[in-house]
Amino acid sequence: MPAAPPATEQLNLRVSEGQTPSAPFESWGRYPTYGATVIPLHWQNDFSAIAPSLLNGALPVGMGRSYGDACLLKDGNLLVTTGMNRLITFDPETGLLTAEAGITLAQILDFAVPRGFFLPVSPGTKYVTLGGAIANDIHGKNHHMAGTFGCHVTQFELVRSDGTRKLCSPMENPDWYAATIGGLGLTGFISWATLRLKPIVSRLIDYEGIQFHGIDEFLALTDESKDVEYTVSWVDVTSTGKNFARGIFMQGDHSAKRDTLLPSPKPKLVFPFDAPGFALNRLSVSLFNAAFFHKQFSKHSVAVQDYEPFFYPLDKVLHWNRMYGKRGLLQFQYVIPWEHAKEGTVAILHEVAKSGLASFLAVLKAFGDVPSPGMMSFPKPGITLALDFPIKQDRTFPLVHRLADMVYEFGGRLYPAKDAAMTAMQYQAFYPQWQQFARYRDPLLTSSFWERVTGETSGI
Amino acid sequence: MTDRQNSTTPRKILVLGATSGIAEATCRIWAAQGASFFLVARNAEKLAAVAADLKTRGASFVDTAIADLDDTDKHPALLAHAINSLTGMDVAYLAHGILGDQTHAEQDFNTAAQIIHTNFMAPVSLVTWLANFCVQRRSGTIAVLSSVAGDRGRKSNYVYGSSKAGLSAFLDGLRNRVDREGVKVVTIKPGPVRTAMTAGMPKSEKFADVDAVAEAIVKAVAKGKDTVYVPFQWRGIMFVVRHIPERVFKKLNL
Ligand SMILES: Cc1cc2nc3c(=O)[nH]c(=O)nc-3n(C[C@H](O)[C@H](O)[C@H](O)COP(=O)(O)OP(=O)(O)OC[C@H]3O[C@@H](n4cnc5c(N)ncnc54)[C@H](O)[C@@H]3O)c2cc1C
Repeated sequence: MPAAPPATEQLNLRVSEGQTPSAPFESWGRYPTYGATVIPLHWQNDFSAIAPSLLNGALPVGMGRSYGDACLLKDGNLLVTTGMNRLITFDPETGLLTAEAGITLAQILDFAVPRGFFLPVSPGTKYVTLGGAIANDIHGKNHHMAGTFGCHVTQFELVRSDGTRKLCSPMENPDWYAATIGGLGLTGFISWATLRLKPIVSRLIDYEGIQFHGIDEFLALTDESKDVEYTVSWVDVTSTGKNFARGIFMQGDHSAKRDTLLPSPKPKLVFPFDAPGFALNRLSVSLFNAAFFHKQFSKHSVAVQDYEPFFYPLDKVLHWNRMYGKRGLLQFQYVIPWEHAKEGTVAILHEVAKSGLASFLAVLKAFGDVPSPGMMSFPKPGITLALDFPIKQDRTFPLVHRLADMVYEFGGRLYPAKDAAMTAMQYQAFYPQWQQFARYRDPLLTSSFWERVTGETSGI
Repeated sequence: MTDRQNSTTPRKILVLGATSGIAEATCRIWAAQGASFFLVARNAEKLAAVAADLKTRGASFVDTAIADLDDTDKHPALLAHAINSLTGMDVAYLAHGILGDQTHAEQDFNTAAQIIHTNFMAPVSLVTWLANFCVQRRSGTIAVLSSVAGDRGRKSNYVYGSSKAGLSAFLDGLRNRVDREGVKVVTIKPGPVRTAMTAGMPKSEKFADVDAVAEAIVKAVAKGKDTVYVPFQWRGIMFVVRHIPERVFKKLNL
């Protein structure tokens, strides 16, 4: 082994010798962008084999669909898992699927849907990996019924950089199970996991869309649709006055009518280039929002549609994030507990509207009270809102910091998977259990997010 | 499934180099169609992972053997065992090969010889046995991964390229010999394929998607095509590359 470089060098250069030079790796928000050494992993044992040579810090990453820096490690080693996408076993009786952690939800759907099974929880894109879904303990439109993704992960293998392997389940190593679900990739490398799929008889979704005006109407609709499996709302964050907090409440159930379960067609549209900065201004966003609102012509509409457009409307345009240009976007997602959910949401929507900083897609949903198994999981009962802001010098960050402070005052917290801006103080206030969690961290693994919000640095 | 599909869906497939990325992607498609496999590779753990994956995806039968295919002496016994285990063979798919270290090979004949042995000599041995088996039965398809790199030598990888050039020429001749005996020889020439290695790099979007490549291979094998470029655009590109005059070509940095 070569002699350790001087301490100053260690700080600046985490790249180990003999590896490919640093290449830019973008997360979905395209902000920030850091150089990193990208190391593809193809087999379950690759991590154990290379860990000893990665002296200066590493992070497993999946599809890089986190928005900010939770899937980045500046000048470090990014272990890309997407080559580890094999199935291991599937039991059609129980719906238990065991697969390598780099498999994507899209690949799982391609396998499962024709066999009459579906994901127990799905995010707004199917291009995320099983490992990434566990590490962020993602949530979907059925959170009020199904809880988070982690609720359906019955076991997984965690490989530590010292070569030890732990089988984790609610029964075995339950503390490691809890730390790793929502553990931001920091507790070890997930090599494979078992997920409980749920049976369906059709690809179709019985869909209903309802216009609402204001948070009261949103809450009333939420209440009425408690027994509908999937609910989510789109809200217009650009309008004020009588249109303030208008939106569309969307709900659906898997169709019970036996129907075709054919595989999905491949996506075709690709957003081909970086949009110039001027394409995304207040006017275009308002126009987009108005068009979206009025696409829902009547106050109420009913349809039967394929699960693809229902769950993944944005996946039809691969790389739609390029719409925001090279500077990228900031995402911001909070949850505020019921106690202050309404006043908090109204206050935040006012602040956003007043700022005039556009947001294309604002997604509003009520989280239910199914507890997450994860120690650091983001969801809790209350209202969640996800917003995105194009990055504009001097304006976006102050607004986002202001909003984060408001979220804290209302007793809520922010979602690390969608963050590139919260301060260390804010994070530590949102997740006071972070120090307890930090004891489970693998000494080799760290992320730019973790270093930013804790001040801890990496490396062994 | 219609009868026509049935008749072109391979049932019994022998895969040599089953842990290669392209082979794996191809076999997943065949597995979903219910094929039977005999898989050969060097690494036991990787081979077991591939076998479990194919089985889960719907393969009706999967058997495996660990072997170093460089060892040509062992080929006859290995192939006999495989064909026995499959109780016949519709398709033999040769996917093993190494890129090798060109810079090293330029200085050291042994490195060059190793690349040529793995990519040319070993396939010649395998294909010779397999072709004779198929000719006896008057049926079967032998599908072999060659490379666009064999179409013209370039300074950046001419050792690998020449091993593939030799392989492509050998297959041309073999096809000429066995076609009239009811045996198909399919030469597959892939261009650069996107893998996890290029994940996150903007330019990797220009590389071919391994699943698309696999689909093209499955089609070519089903139709018993002669030589296919995957993706097909490489046929045009290599046509141009082959026709650049040597006095220009030798000055290029390729
Ligand atoms: C359009 C869009 C819609 C979205 N909708 C939702 C939504 O509705 N709900 C929601 O919750 N999220 C949503 N997200 C966020 C996304 O689901 C999460 O960020 C998800 O974790 C991304 O998975 P990934 O495979 O891309 O992982 P990455 O972003 O690459 O990594 C995420 C985390 O997982 C860790 N990780 C990855 N693989 C492993 C492994 N094998 N072992 C250990 N750790 C690992 C990484 O270190 C990192 O901390 C959305 C994102 C987009 C782009």
